[in-house]
Amino acid sequence: MNRTPILFLNVLVIAACGLIYELLAGTVASYVLGDSVTQFSLIIGLYLSALGVGAWLSRFIDRDLATRFVDVELAVALIGGLSAPLLFFGFGRLQWFSLFLYLVVFAIGVLVGLELPILMRILREQLDFKELVSRVLSFDYIGSLIAAVLFPLFLVPRLGLVRTSIVFGLLNAAVGLYGTWLLRPLLRGVTVLRVRAAIVAVILIVALVHADALTSMAEEELYVDDIVYSTSSPYQRILITKGAAGFQLFLNGNLQFSSADEYRYHEALVHPAMASLASPRRVLILGGGDGLALREVLKYRSVESVTLVDLDPKMTALSRTFPPLGALNAHSLRDPRVRVVNQDAMIWLEQVRSLFDVAIVDFPDPSSFSLGKLYTTRFYRLLRARLAPGGAVAVQCTSPLYAPRSYWCIVRTMEAAGLRVRPYQTTVPSFGVWGFALASPRPFDAPMHVSVPVRFLDDATLAAMFVFPRDMAPVPVEINRLDNQMLVRYYEDEWRRWS
Amino acid sequence: MATLELSRRELLAAFLGTAVACRARREETPLPPGELAGASHEVGHRLRDAGPPPQPSRWESHDVVIAGAGVAGLAAAWRLAQSNLRDVVLFELEPAIGGTSRSGASYPWGAHYIIAPSDENRVLAQLLREMGVIEDGVTSNVIAEQFICRDPEERLFYRGRWYEGLYPAAGATHEDLRQLRAFEAEIAKWAAWRDAKGRRAFTIPVAYASDDAEVTALDRMSMRTWLDARGLTSPRLRWFVEYACRDDYGALLDDTSAWAGVFYFASRDNRPVITWPEGNGRLVAHLARSAPARTGWLVVHIEPTETGADVIAVRGDEAVGVHAKHVIFAGPQFIADRVIPSRPRSEGFTYGSWMVANLTLRDRPSPSPGFPLAWDNVLYDSPSLGYVVSTHQRGIDHGPTTFTYYYPLCDAHPRQARERLLATGRDAWADIALTDLSRAHPDLRKLTARLDVMRWGHAMIRPTPGFVTSPARARASAPFRNIHFANTDLSAVPLFEEALYHGVRAGEEVAGTGTNPRPPA
Repeated sequence: MNRTPILFLNVLVIAACGLIYELLAGTVASYVLGDSVTQFSLIIGLYLSALGVGAWLSRFIDRDLATRFVDVELAVALIGGLSAPLLFFGFGRLQWFSLFLYLVVFAIGVLVGLELPILMRILREQLDFKELVSRVLSFDYIGSLIAAVLFPLFLVPRLGLVRTSIVFGLLNAAVGLYGTWLLRPLLRGVTVLRVRAAIVAVILIVALVHADALTSMAEEELYVDDIVYSTSSPYQRILITKGAAGFQLFLNGNLQFSSADEYRYHEALVHPAMASLASPRRVLILGGGDGLALREVLKYRSVESVTLVDLDPKMTALSRTFPPLGALNAHSLRDPRVRVVNQDAMIWLEQVRSLFDVAIVDFPDPSSFSLGKLYTTRFYRLLRARLAPGGAVAVQCTSPLYAPRSYWCIVRTMEAAGLRVRPYQTTVPSFGVWGFALASPRPFDAPMHVSVPVRFLDDATLAAMFVFPRDMAPVPVEINRLDNQMLVRYYEDEWRRWS
Repeated sequence: MATLELSRRELLAAFLGTAVACRARREETPLPPGELAGASHEVGHRLRDAGPPPQPSRWESHDVVIAGAGVAGLAAAWRLAQSNLRDVVLFELEPAIGGTSRSGASYPWGAHYIIAPSDENRVLAQLLREMGVIEDGVTSNVIAEQFICRDPEERLFYRGRWYEGLYPAAGATHEDLRQLRAFEAEIAKWAAWRDAKGRRAFTIPVAYASDDAEVTALDRMSMRTWLDARGLTSPRLRWFVEYACRDDYGALLDDTSAWAGVFYFASRDNRPVITWPEGNGRLVAHLARSAPARTGWLVVHIEPTETGADVIAVRGDEAVGVHAKHVIFAGPQFIADRVIPSRPRSEGFTYGSWMVANLTLRDRPSPSPGFPLAWDNVLYDSPSLGYVVSTHQRGIDHGPTTFTYYYPLCDAHPRQARERLLATGRDAWADIALTDLSRAHPDLRKLTARLDVMRWGHAMIRPTPGFVTSPARARASAPFRNIHFANTDLSAVPLFEEALYHGVRAGEEVAGTGTNPRPPA
């Protein structure tokens, strides 16, 4: 029986797998490191050169060609198959992530580079050279074409990066295992090879099963864009997606910001409060572990110290070390004026004794009882007690258009806690119409001008934010207290209508 | 091994029912470590078993001796301090003060909440004002927000799912709900009821309540009879009402006076619950600032004299005598009977037994289906009362916490309940608590780092039918020569507020103000 045609099918699979690993590495790199042109260019260059190194190294393999071929297949299956999960896992945990990335890419390149020369030498016995070169190379390019088409159209949207990687690793392992039958007459130690192949396959299957631990299929279905990072802390599920418009941060499935328009949100949140004082010196940020409100605060030269209180150390660490986030928040968490406290904001407020000129309150929406307590009269009383005379506080208050009772409940609760409140709102495309509250223990005028560089808040826009159109007029609500948690009930009721 | 398994089955069947015992699998997870923190019943039983009191090696003289540093005794000392009576000696058998309101470092061991005082309960209002629970500058009894039980207050595990509140509304029929509304209407009627003198039917403290025949008639029947008479037969409603009786009295519907059953609901009148992470231990700690207690001392004998009363107290082999001008006996009546032999014996006082377990958890159990973790978490199909979460009131919603699990032994005969309670050791109680709660939290065993058990042999006075209005109960509050009495059992209901009332009343009797802390008519 002539097994040559089937061997050419192997070439096709090998070629497809090789290109998939290259595309995976390039995609992961551009997702997590940003700057896709540079990353793709580097990865492709590195990968091609590694192919060359592999081809060159093939000359040192003299004996047991078929056995070595199966070994190389299994090695590619293992490293290539686990490449995407390893890269995602390593990212955020390894200090020299780029080096690790390039090493993985290089290793795969070298191994893939070994494949075809060895295979061609095995087939040399069966075909003349002209045929051999022509067929191997054409199947190689066809395989690449299939991979290049499948990758963006089917694999990434349907399987995601991690599963694609593992599935192609399994394909590679299958080629290796099948090779133990095809090349049987040329092989030594068939049983050992098959055991190895089985071990590689088991590892990959285990990885496939555990791929859900990284991000579940179900989770990936939920998000339009690709998940580039996800982790679970004791407090929440942190997830970052990347799409054409930039990347987004989700906490427990709720969008926190989109890099495309977060500046609108954060400028609106921070500057009215900061601009209410001539020279704010001591600033408190509650929540806001993404460092974006902090970025706006640090624009003020007068600021001497910022205390940022965020429950989740994983969130603040991510904002410091995740390159795209660091770039977006202008590395604000590394500023020497900033002190990060990882504690529940309410418990921290009960203990702290210092005073602040400005407080920025940027908690997730009140979707649970543990978040709802951070919007109660008790909370705002504690916060008011920490404001210097003439101090200002700004609170993000969910949408006055989609959740009017929730919005006005927060405003009225702040008033019930003895604060003078000026409600304001603006549009953040990712969120829609969004509401805030500016408050102070004393009567005050709305600020007229932002003195630091901004992209969004000119004087006219600033003034317009304090105007509420008719469809966002106040509605009667109850006050949110620790012992009634009215807000959580309003919020659940109102947002259920929109989801 | 087989016999061990069998005995575990029997144990679980006895305390959790056969259904749970049959489902319980052999447990691979070893029991977490822990201790038996029980009330010192061995020492206490010396009273029962010993002969004549020992002769004291020395005698002291003091103005006042208070026997018992539970809430009533501490409240008496608190009241005496207000009259500047400082020569007060407070004896307490247990190593810790507080009685059934005592607490661990950050969790309760017994009573763990009070109901916000109505306007007439000025004593409690005064205490809460001192503690900053009622805010300064507020004339009415407005409770500062952080002391009111944080929402969500209660949830119920019913058929595999948690629901908000305690009434099992899921799957309730129209008839169930109609009966619930009828019951609520009855309670509302009693909450609004006033006698000819304008007094309420049910007040806390009980002493302020009306003694009108229409109210006292309720004491002649059991809560079950009362429900039957109104056609309130819905199993859900009966469960709900019986839960209240088990929760406050450690008694089933049959053993609870209808007066007490209605009292539970009508006296609260929708006023908020006040609680602390360590339960009523916070109140104990405040009251205890008035007088230091001599702990570990068992008062074994009190004898009235011409000038006051002589008290003998022992600790180990040591005995001390005190010539006192006044004695406040702030313990339960069954002990008074033994300690004051010259006084006529009390009648009709019976006490329920309780087991309380504190489960120290490394982390929260993973969320079970339905409503999230609340302060009070109740299992429908359980003889226990469920558990309260110690970190709830502190606003700590993640990570390690303590669950305080309450199990009242509601046997019809309190003596049998007490024997069962004391015959069951720490490990067996730990297994019962874990098996019970694992039905709602399968991962609980693995998360429990420590499980301590308290066995309360005489935890609560039981308001059995007829007891509330019995002349014997009224008599027990009266001074016996120079000995005054203070304990919640004198009110027929086991409440911090009642102990406080009687402590202050006894303190006023001694201080000679002569006026009971009664509201103006």
